[in-house]
Amino acid sequence: MLSIKNLHASIEGTPILKGINLQVNPGEVHAIMGPNGSGKSTLASVLAGREEYEVTQGEVIFQGKELLELSPEDRAREGVFLAFQYPIEIPGVSTTNFLRTALNQIREYRGQEPLDAVKFLSLMKEKMALVEIDQKLLSRSLNEGFSGGEKKRNEIFQMAMLEPKLSILDETDSGLDIDALRIVSNGVNKLKSPSTATIVVTHYQRLLDYIVPDVVHVLYQGRIVKSGSKELALELEQKGYDWIKEEVDTAKATA
Amino acid sequence: MSKDNQLLEDLTSKEYEHGWSVNYEADEAPAGLNEGIIRWISSKKEEPQWLLEWRLKAFATWQSMAEPSWANVNYPKIDLQALKYYSAPKQSKKPKNLNEVDPELIAIYERLGISLNEQKRLQGIAVDAVLDSVSVATTFKDTLSKLGIIFCSFSEAVKEHPELIKKYLGSVVPIQDNYYAALNSAVFSDGSFCYIPKGVRCPMELSTYFRINAANTGQFERTLIVAEESSYVSYLEGCTAPQRDENQLHAAVVEIYAAAHAEVKYSTVQNWFPGDKEGKGGIYNFVTKRGICAGDYSKISWTQVETGSAVTWKYPSCILKGDHSVGEFYSVAVTNNYQQADTGTKMIHIGKNTKSRIVSKGISAGKSQNSYRGQVQVMKRAQHAINFSQCDSLLMGNACGAHTFPYIDIANPTAKVEHEATTSKIGEDQIFYCNQRGIATEDAVALIVNGYAKEVLNQLPMEFAVEAQKLLALTLEGSVG
Ligand SMILES: Nc1ncnc2c1ncn2[C@@H]1O[C@H](COP(=O)(O)OP(=O)(O)O)[C@@H](O)[C@H]1O
Ligand SMILES: [Mg+2]
Repeated sequence: MLSIKNLHASIEGTPILKGINLQVNPGEVHAIMGPNGSGKSTLASVLAGREEYEVTQGEVIFQGKELLELSPEDRAREGVFLAFQYPIEIPGVSTTNFLRTALNQIREYRGQEPLDAVKFLSLMKEKMALVEIDQKLLSRSLNEGFSGGEKKRNEIFQMAMLEPKLSILDETDSGLDIDALRIVSNGVNKLKSPSTATIVVTHYQRLLDYIVPDVVHVLYQGRIVKSGSKELALELEQKGYDWIKEEVDTAKATA
Repeated sequence: MSKDNQLLEDLTSKEYEHGWSVNYEADEAPAGLNEGIIRWISSKKEEPQWLLEWRLKAFATWQSMAEPSWANVNYPKIDLQALKYYSAPKQSKKPKNLNEVDPELIAIYERLGISLNEQKRLQGIAVDAVLDSVSVATTFKDTLSKLGIIFCSFSEAVKEHPELIKKYLGSVVPIQDNYYAALNSAVFSDGSFCYIPKGVRCPMELSTYFRINAANTGQFERTLIVAEESSYVSYLEGCTAPQRDENQLHAAVVEIYAAAHAEVKYSTVQNWFPGDKEGKGGIYNFVTKRGICAGDYSKISWTQVETGSAVTWKYPSCILKGDHSVGEFYSVAVTNNYQQADTGTKMIHIGKNTKSRIVSKGISAGKSQNSYRGQVQVMKRAQHAINFSQCDSLLMGNACGAHTFPYIDIANPTAKVEHEATTSKIGEDQIFYCNQRGIATEDAVALIVNGYAKEVLNQLPMEFAVEAQKLLALTLEGSVG
């Protein structure tokens, strides 16, 4: 589904991603872990098409298409969804209105009729139950004055509504209490299907108790330096990142 | 930043949609402004002597006045002698109903997206359409007249209801009020008159569509609304003008009179030709709008969505004379390219326990300049007056300007006056967030801007709110900052 080859990206001339290789197949869940500042959000942003980041090398194929050639909105319409680490506030625009605009543009791109109000509402009801979100929240200004947890839950609600092929969750677990974490993870799990894939960016292994990854990658200094099974996450939880850093640094020194 | 600028360029290049004009045979005055022209207009309109005298007095007053220069706008001096002051579509006889109206005129409205028939049938809105200077059609008259409501062209009102016109004309905006009001008083061509009798709630939105069509014709509309005790009316003025190279002057006057317990809502959606991308052409819109809450517990509410015109100079105001009277001003002013807007309101508190509320949302893009100018005046007698003002500016790009000029003048210590102001930019992160959900940049800006202006748009009648939202989007077409 997603194939990243030797991806390099920089911001304002500073290289951040230095040769990422990653293969994600339908039905898989990949976790990306790594210390702060290692480039996890950058990778997510580059995949979503944020313009500040300049791709200097490499290619990304998403469902047979050159992802990097597409505009951010077309990537979304092709089925790439990013749950933001820091969701953005849009005053005066309700989640409902926002999603209706989004969904209908996505449908138009796919040659589908826009959803009428009745169908849209029933879809909303169904997905609201999935992430246990309150209707009141959805009629308030998007993310404005939302608590950290509400913002994250709203991101997952949007994901549920837009039914993406590939979901990238950027630290969706941070700022969530244990109940919210369970609800959010539940939502993500229910949305999983053999034809969709998920990339979970996280610091903590606790999320991976709920969303069980097929592969865990460690991102460090703009490269994936280690990949393994879900046990790798446990190991990281116990030992921290220092041993990985050391491994990388020794490898560099001997190279 | 150059990326932004490119985006701005691309997205603001939408041409004015209503830029065309129809060559109908006009019955027009020669160019120039003098006493002779005023007499010519007055006789053309078969006006009574008192009105001619009123015009002549206004002309004399105007001659003694100087063009104001305090507004934050720049434009070349207008040659008032080069303008024509009267232009009427030629018609063999006056239409009695829509079926008799020149089909070409109807077609003009249809091209504007305002089919009178449609409006009549679907929306239940009474439309008094003003093409250049003469009202060509008035709908719904019968329904309204059963309630004793008068809604007709100004010229007709002069003939049919001279006592009302005599009583109220110039009572809220006197001849000598300002340069453009004096000019309007001298040369006004037509407009609308609306009278709601005591205790009557007007059952439909009353709406006027203005349109400037002939080249080099100044448009001088005159609107008068009188709401008697405990009556209610909601009035909407919408306007478009075809694309012209020369600037066209528009100097309208609107007067509203509200008796005790009466409520008048006046909404404007203005999308006159703003000039092209280089700032060539466009309408000069110098308008005087004022309402008086004459009786206790009366209320006047102005809502405006200003998206057009090259230069706008407009301060819909309320004189809160009656005790417990309420004045409101809700405004969205959008400027793009080289547009300049200097707009705001005056709230003059005279009566006790009077309240006013000002919500102004400025949006500037391109190389435009957008100023809010507002005055809150609390007179000595106005015990416990309350004012709340919220003035927000939204900037798109780095080449535009937003300015706020609040004047607060309080002569009574019991007054409570609050003023809040914010300036913000549409963030790239907001746009990206929308993009990431599949929303194209143009639509993202429309969404964000409409969200920003929501408090004002919510004041508009439903159908017009939808229209206004589209207009905002059209004017900005995705300007990003
Ligand atoms: N706008 C920016 N300008 C300069 N450096 C940036 C910018 N954004 C991120 N970076 C740098 O890129 C690196 C990776 O950041 P990020 O992808 O957010 O890391 P992570 O999500 O793994 O914590 C960090 O060193 C950060 O300081
Ligand atoms: Mg991050």
